[in-house]
Amino acid sequence: MLADYSILLISAILVNNFVLVQFLGLCPFMGVSNKLEAAMGMSMATTFVLTLASACSNLTYHWLLLPLGLGYLKTIAFILVIAVVVQFTEMVMRKTSPLLHRVLGVYLPLITTNCAVLGVALLNISKDHSFLQALFYGFGAGAGFSLVLVLFAAMRERLTVADVPTPFKGAAVGMITAGLMSLAFMGFAGLV
Amino acid sequence: MIATLIQYPLFAALLALVGLAAVFGALLGYAAVRFKTEGNPIADEINNILPQTQCGQCGYPGCRPYAEAIANGEDINKCPPGGEAGIQALADLLDVEPLPLDSEHGVVAAVPSVAFIREAECIGCTKCIQACPVDAILGAAKQMHTVIISECTGCDLCVEPCPVDCIDMIPQQESLQTWHWNLPDPVSRHVDIIATDEPQDDASRDRAA
Repeated sequence: MLADYSILLISAILVNNFVLVQFLGLCPFMGVSNKLEAAMGMSMATTFVLTLASACSNLTYHWLLLPLGLGYLKTIAFILVIAVVVQFTEMVMRKTSPLLHRVLGVYLPLITTNCAVLGVALLNISKDHSFLQALFYGFGAGAGFSLVLVLFAAMRERLTVADVPTPFKGAAVGMITAGLMSLAFMGFAGLV
Repeated sequence: MIATLIQYPLFAALLALVGLAAVFGALLGYAAVRFKTEGNPIADEINNILPQTQCGQCGYPGCRPYAEAIANGEDINKCPPGGEAGIQALADLLDVEPLPLDSEHGVVAAVPSVAFIREAECIGCTKCIQACPVDAILGAAKQMHTVIISECTGCDLCVEPCPVDCIDMIPQQESLQTWHWNLPDPVSRHVDIIATDEPQDDASRDRAA
């Protein structure tokens, strides 16, 4: 039981990493990785939203869509549910915990309908996860995203001061770095 | 009821989506009222960065209104007293590209300046005292006024209202507190690291030479 869940976590974090192996959520990966501090905030917000999205989409699918035989509406229903839940959480957080809101605030609406978020919801359905499994899978996906985003941001911070040849400056060397990281993460295939 | 709905899939789909949308709309509407917050936390942080000269050169009646305007999407480059450093700090905070200072709202003085009242000519009208956003001018009606140099931000708002034009903006004396190293010439940034046969513009060749 416990082993099942830890395998699920490890597979979501390392083996099937959302960014570097499944290539989901690349826009925040390239966009918010210029500064380590912003990357930290983004990764926390993403982990939060991914976990929340997994839970809500699972509930919606199994308690609303399936009983009515509306499985084909899952994409549009998930987008709606995720957007609303994130927006609602943001409002509540803003009122009850300004500190947390300052850390996550700007990033929450940004990633509401990110492809990784919709991806985790749809993958949960296609892998037939139970509610608890979905929760773990979502959290694992978020943790994996955080891991590579923070690693990548730290590298890019060093790259800005490195002596990079002119044609490779800026985004180009970022892309190459991301590619190399992806190659490294492919090495985890077969671990689980 | 579910059994009836399943017989009409189109109706079920419509009902499910409209129902979801209605429930969520009501939820968000309720939350917007229930969890309403006064003030904008980001405006506070912007306000902390702004120089608090309250000079109004940005077109807003003070730093706080401008901070709120920035939080609502106004450009960050309208604050001459803040200068390039202020714009950079705002850009870092908001994670946007730093813009060059909008010259429409005034330019950064090459050297920081302070107001100076030619005291022999001052008639004591107190108009400059009312104009000063930081209360740096000392004086009373029909008495000579003078400027507290350490308080003056150099915003030159007092120059305009003076009826006898006895206020000058003079460059601040260089002291141990204000002196600083000049930045090195940015020539090293223009040196080509790899060879190229592309024609170079004259400016960069001059600089390299």
